[in-house]
Amino acid sequence: MKHIYDMIIIGGGPAGYTAALYSSRAGFDTLVLERMSVGGQMTLTDVIDNYPGFPQGVDGFTLSMNMQQGAERFGATTMYDEVVSVDLNSEVKEIETAMSGTLYARTVVIASGANPRELGLVNEQELLGSGIHYCAHCDGRFYKDKVAVVVGGGNSAVSDALYLSHLCKKVYLVHRRDVLKATKIYHDPVMKAENIEFCYNCVVSKVESDNGKVSSVSLIDVKTNEKREISCDGVFISIGRKPATDFLNDQLELDRNGYIVADESTKTSIDGVFAVGDVRTKVLRQVVTAVSDGAVAAHFAEEYLSQ
Amino acid sequence: MSVLKVTKDNYFDVKNSDKTVLLDFYADWCGPCRMVGPIVDEIAEENPDILVGKVNVDEQQELASAFGVMSIPTLVVLRNGEVVTKSMGAKPKAQIMAMLES
Repeated sequence: MKHIYDMIIIGGGPAGYTAALYSSRAGFDTLVLERMSVGGQMTLTDVIDNYPGFPQGVDGFTLSMNMQQGAERFGATTMYDEVVSVDLNSEVKEIETAMSGTLYARTVVIASGANPRELGLVNEQELLGSGIHYCAHCDGRFYKDKVAVVVGGGNSAVSDALYLSHLCKKVYLVHRRDVLKATKIYHDPVMKAENIEFCYNCVVSKVESDNGKVSSVSLIDVKTNEKREISCDGVFISIGRKPATDFLNDQLELDRNGYIVADESTKTSIDGVFAVGDVRTKVLRQVVTAVSDGAVAAHFAEEYLSQ
Repeated sequence: MSVLKVTKDNYFDVKNSDKTVLLDFYADWCGPCRMVGPIVDEIAEENPDILVGKVNVDEQQELASAFGVMSIPTLVVLRNGEVVTKSMGAKPKAQIMAMLES
């Protein structure tokens, strides 16, 4: 006989495990499907300073483990598997996994998060890991005393540039606007760093490689059309995130940036299907707003299940 | 089988192993490495026919640069001492298993 869960949560980040905590604590049979390891993007952050309750900050890995244990205490289980496709339209929803076959649930919470957005250069994939990187904290150390280019102007780009400035000989920060998007707290230290050069109003048109390794980037000034080439060893791309929705296969309404359309109720265009955390359209993507989504989704799922 | 800590001193034995070898180049401070680490442990447990080794890139810089590792985690599959596949970034278990089967 097929097992039908009350709730299957796709993605084991903060939003997913909060939904799991609320749902299992309310007595529902709850499963979290995680493709890799719990925590999602939280584990890529060194210290999280803006999640309340931790006066000294907390590392993303510890917080992830704690959230998982909190949900498992009430009976939620975790399965490590990747979702290949879903069929959300029937009353019992079907989730096709890479290794564990088809799973069934009455409600589904999409908590699949987001991945780094790519620049879209022709040789981006080819140079991935040999000069093109998305995680400065992971790969920055391979560029000690070298020249790095950071692309982006938001919080993570600026904090990447700052981190790299301590390691690299020189860091260029390439941003397509004339002013940084990053919040004020980052501005002072990055302006004071002597080895960071700002390239405002510029976009990367090309990355050149030599012997399979990055050798330079070509920039175009979007205001003057002027071209410029910078010799460098590494390019760190930090231009935002791309929601992980490929497995949905157009079954849910997405906004023009690919985020699942759902208001603060987390209800999607299909009854019994909820979207939480970074994958949902929202103003502020933070751990604290993700956990809030998880709780709200469990509330409305409970309402749906008791109908 | 348990995971072997690979250093430049025991690498020769790893390279000459009759088994398929999976090497995980990692560092303790790297988030995605901490994601993929437990998956690699599990693969070692479940597949005694595969030699699974971890290379700490901070301690084994010569090995890391011999394999051209510029990004971590990097996963490398070796067969008869030759690199069959090299893949950068954290991967789900099914994808790592597919690398080993290819």
